[in-house]
Amino acid sequence: MTGDKLLQIEGLTKAYPGVVANDGVGFSVAPGEVHALLGENGAGKSTLVKMIYGLVKPDAGTMRLMGKPYTPAEPRAARASGVAMVFQHFSLFEALNVAENVALGMENPPPMGDLAKRIREISNAYGLPLDPERLVGDLSAGERQRVEIIRCLLQDPKLLIMDEPTSVLTPQEVGILFHTLRKLSSEGTAILYISHKLEEIRSLCDGATILRGGKVVATCTPRDKTARELAEMMVGGEFKATDRAQRTLGHTIFEVKDLDLAPMSQFGPALKKVTLSLRAGEVLGVGGVAGNGQEELLATLSGERVSAPGTVLLHGQDISGLGPNDRRRLGLQGAPEERLGHAAVPAMSLTDNALLTGTVRRPLTNRGFLDMKAARLFAEEIIKNFDVRTPGPHVAARALSGGNLQKFVIGREVLQYPEVLIVNQPTWGVDAAAAASIRQALLDLASKGAAVIVISQDLDELMEIADRFCALNEGRLSAPRDTEGLTLDEIGLMLGGAHGMQEAAL
Amino acid sequence: MITLVKRPTPSRGWSYTTPLLAVLATMIVGGLMFAALGKDPAQAIRMIFWDPLFGPNAAYFRGQLLVKAGPLILIASGLAVGFRAGIWNIGAEGQYIIGAICGASVALAAYPAESHLLFPAMIVAGALGGWLWGMIPAVLKVVFNTSEILVSLMLVYVAQNLLAYAAFGPLKNPQGFGFPGSRNLQQYPSAHNPELFAGTGAHWGVLAALIAVIGAYILMHRHIAGFRIRVAGEAPRAARFAGVVPARLVMFCLGLSGALAGLAGLFEVSGPSGQITDGFNAGYGFTAIIVAFLGRLHPLGILLAGLLMALTYIGGDMAQMMLGLPGAAIQVFQGMLLFFLLGFDVLTNYRIRIGRARA
Ligand SMILES: Nc1ncnc2c1ncn2[C@@H]1O[C@H](COP(=O)(O)OP(=O)(O)OP(=O)(O)O)[C@@H](O)[C@H]1O
Ligand SMILES: [Mg+2]
Repeated sequence: MTGDKLLQIEGLTKAYPGVVANDGVGFSVAPGEVHALLGENGAGKSTLVKMIYGLVKPDAGTMRLMGKPYTPAEPRAARASGVAMVFQHFSLFEALNVAENVALGMENPPPMGDLAKRIREISNAYGLPLDPERLVGDLSAGERQRVEIIRCLLQDPKLLIMDEPTSVLTPQEVGILFHTLRKLSSEGTAILYISHKLEEIRSLCDGATILRGGKVVATCTPRDKTARELAEMMVGGEFKATDRAQRTLGHTIFEVKDLDLAPMSQFGPALKKVTLSLRAGEVLGVGGVAGNGQEELLATLSGERVSAPGTVLLHGQDISGLGPNDRRRLGLQGAPEERLGHAAVPAMSLTDNALLTGTVRRPLTNRGFLDMKAARLFAEEIIKNFDVRTPGPHVAARALSGGNLQKFVIGREVLQYPEVLIVNQPTWGVDAAAAASIRQALLDLASKGAAVIVISQDLDELMEIADRFCALNEGRLSAPRDTEGLTLDEIGLMLGGAHGMQEAAL
Repeated sequence: MITLVKRPTPSRGWSYTTPLLAVLATMIVGGLMFAALGKDPAQAIRMIFWDPLFGPNAAYFRGQLLVKAGPLILIASGLAVGFRAGIWNIGAEGQYIIGAICGASVALAAYPAESHLLFPAMIVAGALGGWLWGMIPAVLKVVFNTSEILVSLMLVYVAQNLLAYAAFGPLKNPQGFGFPGSRNLQQYPSAHNPELFAGTGAHWGVLAALIAVIGAYILMHRHIAGFRIRVAGEAPRAARFAGVVPARLVMFCLGLSGALAGLAGLFEVSGPSGQITDGFNAGYGFTAIIVAFLGRLHPLGILLAGLLMALTYIGGDMAQMMLGLPGAAIQVFQGMLLFFLLGFDVLTNYRIRIGRARA
């Protein structure tokens, strides 16, 4: 490793209407360094790496790659210069196999046979076993990410950018990924790493640049700081942990009995004999790897899909056949994990997105006619109470940073004061401080007497807020256990050995 | 180097400007085409856009404007609701024909009885006929997941054959000396859809078009049902989450656009055209698709676009007659309008950047 910098950035600036996403950002990365970008939601991390990858053009500032001026006009140019990027959202075709998906991302794909061989070689060399013949639709989230990473590695990058790569991975998968990243870094590949999981950053990264409001506010060596100190550097103040006030549990208000459901999509899992019950004031945590029926469970409980009579009961009333709005009327609300296109309409304003689910329990319509003023006030209320960072309710949902849109979606449901709330991955992509405030909001809702189901991959999150814990694996829900006194080993047993997670021997 | 940069929010300014640009580009390229055909482009363009309104015979043509614009606007208002939801009814032409056949059948069955109830009954029959013809692709889509685009389009040809059959068979005028075609409803007072204000060309269908524009505006921009329709077009999963039942949406949109197209057919057959003939349909159902997009799928835009399209129809006819332009050239000219509109639409969603970024 030489002392020369691989990537040097100075004065990089990018403004969007109403916000300066990056304001004179400067930092540098040495070859083989694993460098973290830290910051709250909306701090400008994604914008910064998109500029490095040629997806967004800076308004001002310079970049140098290996000492030479670097101005990528588009991702292809960035790739040609040795910069590769793995996005938070996968861009894979489920109906194609691994090799075909990899070929689609290449400029001059070699013949399929050769490519399959290269994929096998590289994936084994880096401890990411992957069968090039398998259909992507059959892969777990972790395996899909391997496809994206291998796609990058085939270009032999000098700088690998990863934007929140672990938010959809299980702990085991994270372990495998880190192993690979360390190997890459020992070979001289620099890695630019964005994550809200501070413990991960501490264990993986050599250096960190901390952004706040688009500006660099600090640089540090993450190993020398505690997670709490890192969080406080990000927010620039004290960091508040969640307060799990004593709650008294009422009687059972929500029940699911022997719920069976056929798969929603060709590659989705079926739900099998799911049974659970929930008391007023209770928080039930549902753990497990996403893709094991989480989406299906949310869709069936929220009413997007109907189920056989007698399988879903609210206050003893059979609601299995009711649609989402009828269930909202009765006090049951849901928040799906996919924000863009499911929980929110990307091209519509936040006011319109407030109307999306808010018209049943909030007076936002008058005999069916929209009251846009009331809707705007509701959107403003959400923005204020949930600290959504945005210029105002007229902004389109897709212009919000990932975490801020998540806060808006959760806020919209919580502020309708449901009696039963079901959320899927509520803090996915949300920064530590905002995640804590979302969890607090869920706990506050429960202490007012609502029953809350939190479906999440983040076990620490579930241990922090849930009263009882159960695991969803391949469409089956385990019997719930009290979280108090539950050990990690016991949880591992409940999760029933996530499939295909063994770390490859090197 | 020219690059396209996606806008985070579609530009409002451009979405209003692009229709004007498209009209301008059509004039220029259309003019070149007319020149290539050996005609004076300036004269042709003038004849298409100016003379019908302000030329020597404008008094006659101005009345024609509403006659042509009425059905276009009525049909396009219904189509736009479906297009907003991502439901593509391409077969309004067929629904228009069936509406006309059904409405005329009611009148011809009652002939020669006079009653105030006849015309309302014909309106119901016309709307019902168009609705039914629209429900065929809807039901097939809901039950068998067929493409409404293909089914509705193919049903146009079925409708055309039914029209020919009706004109030569059951609806043929028994006193028509063997000529194909029905009795002329203009000569049957109870069934006639007359000009309401002399010289304007405004008949009941024009009034219905105006009501449709207002109704569509209220539905799409003031009511929760229209809001959900817009959501369904933008993000189908979010729409389901918001409580939209896809099957019901498909039925509603195809049914509504079918009924309005059927109404347009009924007003045409009982008014300007007067009779069911083999060649009764004049392509309004297809042109209305252009009108819907030219009007940005917005009711008020459709009102303006319908008038503009009607103008090119009338002016086109005139140019055809006076300058001897081939009819196909006029159709190409009208098609260009949609082509340029879709082309310029890029500006609504993208920003054009020339040269490399400042480094
Ligand atoms: N296309 C866009 N149009 C308008 N504003 C945008 C756009 N992209 C990002 N922004 C704004 O720029 C700021 C920085 O966003 P960015 O996505 O870089 O944040 P981030 O640090 O990645 O946040 P998160 O952790 O939530 O993903 C935010 O205020 C966001 O609203
Ligand atoms: Mg981001």
